[in-house]
Amino acid sequence: MYQITRAERLTDQIYLFDVVAKRVASSCLPGQFVIVKMDEVGERIPLTICDYNRETGEITIVLQTVGASTMKMARLQVGDSFMDVTGPLGMPSEFTQMPLEEVRQKKFLFVAGGVGSAPVYPQVKWLHEKGIDADVIIGARNKDLIILEEEMEKVAGNLYVTTDDGSYVRKGLVTDVVKDLVENQGKHYDICVAIGPMIMMKFVTLLTKELNIPTIVSLNPIMVDGTGMCGACRVTVGGQVKFACVDGPEFDGHQVNFEEAMKRQQMYKTYEGRAILKLQEGDTHHGGCGYCGGDK
Amino acid sequence: MDVLKKVPVREQDAKVRATNFDEVCLGYNEEEAVEEAGRCINCKNARCIQGCPVAINIPGFIEKVKNGQFEEASKVIGQSSALPAVCGRVCPQESQCEGKCIRGIKGEPISIGKLERFVADWAREHDIKPEPPKEKNGKKVAIIGSGPAGLTCAGDLAKMGYDVTIFEALHKAGGVLVYGIPEFRLPKQGVVQPEIENVKALGVKIETNVVVGRSVTIDELLHEEGFDAVFIGSGAGLPKFMGIPGENANGVFSANEYLTRSNLMKAFDDNYDTPIAVSKKVAVVGGGNVAMDAARTALRLGAEVHIVYRRSEEELPARVEEVHHAKEEGIIFDLLTNPKEILVDENGWVKGMTCVRMELGEPDASGRRRPVEIPGSEFDLELDTVIMSLGTSPNPLISSTTEGLETNKWHCIVADEEKGQTTKEGVYAGGDAVTGAATVILAMGAGKAGAKGIHEYLSNR
Ligand SMILES: Cc1cc2nc3c(=O)[nH]c(=O)nc-3n(C[C@H](O)[C@H](O)[C@H](O)COP(=O)(O)OP(=O)(O)OC[C@H]3O[C@@H](n4cnc5c(N)ncnc54)[C@H](O)[C@@H]3O)c2cc1C
Ligand code: SF4
Ligand code: FES
Repeated sequence: MYQITRAERLTDQIYLFDVVAKRVASSCLPGQFVIVKMDEVGERIPLTICDYNRETGEITIVLQTVGASTMKMARLQVGDSFMDVTGPLGMPSEFTQMPLEEVRQKKFLFVAGGVGSAPVYPQVKWLHEKGIDADVIIGARNKDLIILEEEMEKVAGNLYVTTDDGSYVRKGLVTDVVKDLVENQGKHYDICVAIGPMIMMKFVTLLTKELNIPTIVSLNPIMVDGTGMCGACRVTVGGQVKFACVDGPEFDGHQVNFEEAMKRQQMYKTYEGRAILKLQEGDTHHGGCGYCGGDK
Repeated sequence: MDVLKKVPVREQDAKVRATNFDEVCLGYNEEEAVEEAGRCINCKNARCIQGCPVAINIPGFIEKVKNGQFEEASKVIGQSSALPAVCGRVCPQESQCEGKCIRGIKGEPISIGKLERFVADWAREHDIKPEPPKEKNGKKVAIIGSGPAGLTCAGDLAKMGYDVTIFEALHKAGGVLVYGIPEFRLPKQGVVQPEIENVKALGVKIETNVVVGRSVTIDELLHEEGFDAVFIGSGAGLPKFMGIPGENANGVFSANEYLTRSNLMKAFDDNYDTPIAVSKKVAVVGGGNVAMDAARTALRLGAEVHIVYRRSEEELPARVEEVHHAKEEGIIFDLLTNPKEILVDENGWVKGMTCVRMELGEPDASGRRRPVEIPGSEFDLELDTVIMSLGTSPNPLISSTTEGLETNKWHCIVADEEKGQTTKEGVYAGGDAVTGAATVILAMGAGKAGAKGIHEYLSNR
């Protein structure tokens, strides 16, 4: 059993939990995820590790309610437990494995759409702890869907917030901000990390391709085991089939076949009893950026 | 009674069982078991034992059954096997013990598998448990993976007094026994769980949700967590795909995914949350046990199911009994047929599969006649689901995170057969992780060998 030590509702559909998961907390790195199974009958649900504390053995996970299983999970309170938490899974973000000297020389731009702030946060924090300040864009459909703004503020170099409807800070899509920074404000970036709904990542990669900025995206296809055993998570990257749970979840955004990935995410939507809510945007860091209506 | 024939075993009627997930084979009762045991002539130089990868004293336990001493019989089996209720159900006896049985020369061999199963079930129903060792030797061994290899190795070491912990990546112990082999062949609650409990009763600890290579590495287990040796029994879980067009369409699954959803996640049961495809017409590509299991699962979930296999019936790698059961239940066999392309509709869903007819040519490296395409024989099958069952290979997660652990070109861990010793000191391996996908009993044999190797290593250190 994995005890919940903090349970917060961030928005209507986004919930944050701190969970005691010692083995995960002691070995995880930015970019990795866990698989959580709430109870005996629950699904195995992949969730990003948003933060971790090696001393207390706690990890922070952020959950967006998109189907029956996640809605059930959202009701858990401090003192309740998840039956199973497995991880860390997937490969750590590439820069955590590179020589620090090399990383220091790069200028990073992070683009977080909706719940995408959750996987982006630990990466920005990791860099910050190494004395590297990254620029961060957070985008959402409206003010109520912006999460982790305060936390991000503390670790980001420059933070740019944007909302589709202009209800907060500025009006526009994340891509508008990227364009503005590069074209009007003379910013130069060596690496862009874009995490959010598939459709947002697709548009960001189209833009950064034009702007010639290498771009990493984090995919969250349907998963079952998360250990490379089932192939449910297969995605096509650079014409090759990859298992996102072991080869990813982060890939070169300019090589990802987003059309296929988006279709595959829909798979269980049409099945009996599963059409409850949009599964389109998976169970983790997606929705709310304004591109997909995944949070409606 | 005809001594040349096996005492027939009761089964669920094919029509009835095609709609449920209850066990197909009902097994012998006491009278039937005693009667079948009576056919054994208790050979002095018993050939059956030579056919058994863990060398169970077969005439020994059959003799006890003959005399109605079922508890004694279970002790005889227990000396060699930790999972008899499982093996009695899923071992390919026809090519092992029963294949060698002297009775088989003139008539039918003794039904050794069904007798083993009877004894194991009887022991479970009468609550007979193995006894934990009296003395512990204070040495710690870590086992990776809780499939038959890991469970057997753990059980053997615990019996010798070692402090054993199994680390399992999934949330449930059992390996393929829980995620792969379906309920109707191997009941989970009734059969697998109690056998795992028996291993625990020997003092073995099982820590689930630990992915070795990610949550912790082998070197950390050895140098930080105080384990004196490690046994890797991580199986061969990585599914293969064909690489044909359309394979990533919605509605194409690996057999592992399909079976995991149904078995481990219990998607067939409405009380569980995990979904599974609701299919009308399914093609399962492949001809092994795994293909049969996937096909029979799809059938029970309400679909018309075709097995698409490129060779002929004779070459089907699945156990004869499984093929026979599948046919009885109404699975359609499209033999000498090979997929070329999966046809996809405008929304990304499977709508069919183009196949080509094959004929058998010259024997290939495996000694089987090589299938060759018949030019111009392409045809389309209309389908909504395709399940790929083309075999699996070992997951590179462990080998890629453990320095000094050699693998061969199929990603199999290199280990010596007799003792399971790998290229890394203190690290042993066995089962599908070493051989590639094989059988439960071979994995158990490798688990035993590993326990022996580890015991020798730690005794001489
Ligand atoms: C559908 C199906 C049907 C089959 N039918 C038969 C049959 O009828 N008869 C027969 O004899 N054989 C059958 N087999 C084959 C048989 O099940 C296997 O050969 C046998 O289970 C192998 O045992 P193992 O212990 O080596 O590995 P597995 O049973 O595969 O167990 C390996 C375990 O290790 C875990 N693991 C993997 N990596 C890690 C890691 N990094 N960290 C922690 N844990 C890890 C896995 O989750 C798994 O639980 C079948 C296989 C399948 C898939
Ligand atoms: S070979 Fe057959 S008859 Fe002889 S001991 Fe073994 S089971 Fe009995
Ligand atoms: S989730 Fe099963 S292989 Fe990736």
